[in-house]
Amino acid sequence: MATQDSPASGLAFEQPIYDLEVRIRELEQAGNKSAQTEDQLRSLRRELAEVTRKVYSELSPWEMVQVARHKDRPYTRDYLNLAFEEFVELYGDRRFGDDRAILTGFAKLDQYKVMVVGHQKGRTYKERSACYFGCAHPEGYRKALLKMRMAAKYKLPVICFIDTPGAYPGVGAEERGQSQAIAENMYEMSRLDTPIICVVIGEGGSGGALGIGVGDRVAILEHAYYSVISPEGCAGILWKSGAHAEKAAEALRFTSKDLLEFGIVDTVLEEPLGGAHRDHHRMAARLKMFLIKTLRELAQKPSAELLEGRYQKFRQIGVFLETPVV
Amino acid sequence: MASSEQLASDATPVTETVGAPNLASPSQAPMSEGSNSKRRPKRGVPEGLWLRCPGCAAVIFRNESEKRLNTCPECDHHFYVSASQRIQQVLDEGTFEEWDAHLMPTDPLHFKDQKAYAERLVAEQQRTGLSDAAITGGGMIRARRVAIGVTDSAFIMGSMGSVVGERLVRLIERATTEHLPLIIISGSGGGARMHEGILSLMQMAKVSAALARYDSAGGLFISVLTNPTMGGVAASFASLGDVIFAEPKALIGFAGPRTIKATIRIELPKGFQTSEFLVEHGFVDRIVPRAKLKSEIARTIDYCGW
Ligand SMILES: [Zn+2]
Repeated sequence: MATQDSPASGLAFEQPIYDLEVRIRELEQAGNKSAQTEDQLRSLRRELAEVTRKVYSELSPWEMVQVARHKDRPYTRDYLNLAFEEFVELYGDRRFGDDRAILTGFAKLDQYKVMVVGHQKGRTYKERSACYFGCAHPEGYRKALLKMRMAAKYKLPVICFIDTPGAYPGVGAEERGQSQAIAENMYEMSRLDTPIICVVIGEGGSGGALGIGVGDRVAILEHAYYSVISPEGCAGILWKSGAHAEKAAEALRFTSKDLLEFGIVDTVLEEPLGGAHRDHHRMAARLKMFLIKTLRELAQKPSAELLEGRYQKFRQIGVFLETPVV
Repeated sequence: MASSEQLASDATPVTETVGAPNLASPSQAPMSEGSNSKRRPKRGVPEGLWLRCPGCAAVIFRNESEKRLNTCPECDHHFYVSASQRIQQVLDEGTFEEWDAHLMPTDPLHFKDQKAYAERLVAEQQRTGLSDAAITGGGMIRARRVAIGVTDSAFIMGSMGSVVGERLVRLIERATTEHLPLIIISGSGGGARMHEGILSLMQMAKVSAALARYDSAGGLFISVLTNPTMGGVAASFASLGDVIFAEPKALIGFAGPRTIKATIRIELPKGFQTSEFLVEHGFVDRIVPRAKLKSEIARTIDYCGW
């Protein structure tokens, strides 16, 4: 890796970070370090932290999208491995098949038994093509709903990890009712009698995200995004070319900061310095803390209060003018 | 969720009218501009009196079509109708009372593409005479009181932003408390409105949640799909009816045909994403021609004992 000229991440804005990393690695690899080398290393490491902090504090919305899509970013499966004690996968929608783009199953988190529902993008090419890069078909949404209903029956809280470019646009998906599947999930999740926590861990791609996105608490990772349409799609329609994705990304106001401001998310989970892809363990630990704290909070609520709170949470979203009626 | 791509698609059965841009679904999508040249009136044909039917290519009297609730006398092609025309067609005469007309759209994102959203809103309001893409209210159908909402595909593609979401939710909540049957007629090619970003996306959840409460209270929701019903509108309230009707040959789907074609790179099957396709695959209960819509709604309300 150290022999490449560009960042291993493929992110152009990470170049200054990468350059420092290369220099540090070279010095580290040199045998017999003099006191002078050690000093140099210390100051380079300090510089690296500063540069990383600077680069990541100034990310543009379009750069944020690149981070959210980073190939080394932790996925649902990584969090299941790192934050949970156990995951018992449950497959299939009992109607059509098993969609690999959404994982569902029992999981143990600290003392809590929960149902996890999460988009999975896949790390290798083989995995990625098996799950259509995290783009679910109707059977994925139906599988999610089936497992969530079962969870409600046995009073298991539901944790949803959202990470999708969008629901799959294809002939089979339309034939099997993609619209109906997504609509039904929102409809049923809004009245599902068990706590639901949703976390956008990477890409919150439109209806494909919202199909597992109705809950009592909605959180987002610092560099994730959640949008009505992909910046490329928006640019294609409104600027007539996907090449204007950067402008569309600015216009859509979909960063974690914007979402907090608009009241769409309750919490922004800070990422490790330089993004979640740099430190899976630390990110998983933070996520775990948040989930445990939130589960504890929600477990105390009587179900009527929980459901009323969930309804009102979405009910109040929207910005319009209301002129008095004369 | 915004799904405007299908506008540009050849597969879209868009209404093509001669010299009557206001009757045609006058899309604002930039990509559809190329087809405007085809809509110019032929020499010698007086503007506004005649229409060319996109279904059978016949040139027909506008009057003749209007008498048939804006369908083609030759081939029964269903032309665009505005939300207010639709309300006249479905409700008993003089019974409509509009609700929440005082809600007005604004520009929470300060969104600007090639045009500022704030300016686009004003332009659309002037062009269509609507304040936003949905009209809601109460009225009678064959002497039965109902709550009714209609989206108008002429206003920014009938897309759902904050005002459409809020008007629909207030409609649904009122139908719940007043124990009224609920009818929502969708004509929305644009899905969730991009210009209001995530706020538009969340209207899908908000309206769906209101419908779930209405359902839990025993409500009867009749959803009517008209051309086009796509994206975030199809993937929320439009698909949640206890009974779902569709007008013949309407374009109905989640992703636009253009997006799908670009993703999978194969030719789309004939009749893909039409009302008939949805019936075949089990997602629409009945195809109802416009002339029968009112009586079919009344009959359904009857059957459900309301
Ligand atoms: Zn015709």
